[in-house]
Amino acid sequence: MKAAVIQFPGSNCDRDMAVALEKSGADVTTVWHKDATLPKGVDLVAIPGGFSFGDYLRCGAIAANSPICNAVVDHANAGGYVLGVCNGFQILTETGLLPGALLRNAGLKYICRTVGLKVETSNSAYTEGYNAGAEIGVPIAHHDGNYFADDETIAQLKGDDRVAFTYTDNPNGSRGDIAGILSENRRVLGMMPHPERAFEEAHGNTDGQRLFAGLMAQLADA
Amino acid sequence: MKARVHVMLKDGVLDPQGAAVKHALGALGFDGVDGVRQGKVIELDLADGATEVQVGEMCEKLLANTVIESYRIEVL
Repeated sequence: MKAAVIQFPGSNCDRDMAVALEKSGADVTTVWHKDATLPKGVDLVAIPGGFSFGDYLRCGAIAANSPICNAVVDHANAGGYVLGVCNGFQILTETGLLPGALLRNAGLKYICRTVGLKVETSNSAYTEGYNAGAEIGVPIAHHDGNYFADDETIAQLKGDDRVAFTYTDNPNGSRGDIAGILSENRRVLGMMPHPERAFEEAHGNTDGQRLFAGLMAQLADA
Repeated sequence: MKARVHVMLKDGVLDPQGAAVKHALGALGFDGVDGVRQGKVIELDLADGATEVQVGEMCEKLLANTVIESYRIEVL
């Protein structure tokens, strides 16, 4: 499985993401934001967490209009897999690949701690390693993780089984407790919590491992 | 030509910064404030020949996220 991790000025989880993917068995290339094309034969594009372009204007807004993001949108539209974590999720909503937007946390505080997540669906390459309804612990670290979409969009996400994860104790005011959502074809996942930070024993929690393992199993078959 | 773009969170979208400012005004004894919304102002210094239509395109593409924000263009 070939994966590309995109690096923007201000990305800070790119290496963590690359390590998690490598240790899961992927062949990983890091790609600079000014590149206009992805490496040939890439199966998965991972957009890591961080503060791309200093969160200027809006989180993810400038990154979403960078040259590499045109290639990421083309990759997704051609049926490719894209995983966006934290700032990566913000970027995916800004590109329009995922609906909604991420607002400032309702409590106005930056929150950095492990939170409880409920796996809402096991029907995706990312979540097939979990049982639907399972509760896991995954760290969050964000100031703008308050998921917002209009009533119609929220109803559609729920109706189409596209909510991947919800918070068990909503930390940021997200509508419907939403922590992560899937695209219509279920191949693009955006989530605020960091599965790559719950990957190794040294992290004190390995609940994120199955996300990468599931992805790897699915893409190895593809 | 100069243009000023006012970007505001849409009505119904939670504005926790506005709420914090309202709270702070109340703490200072200003009782007459029913609500505060905080937005941003972006000033553009435009080359000759630039049009308001182009500024509108800039707003749609980058300056505002129309999922959550509205914008108003003021030509100066």
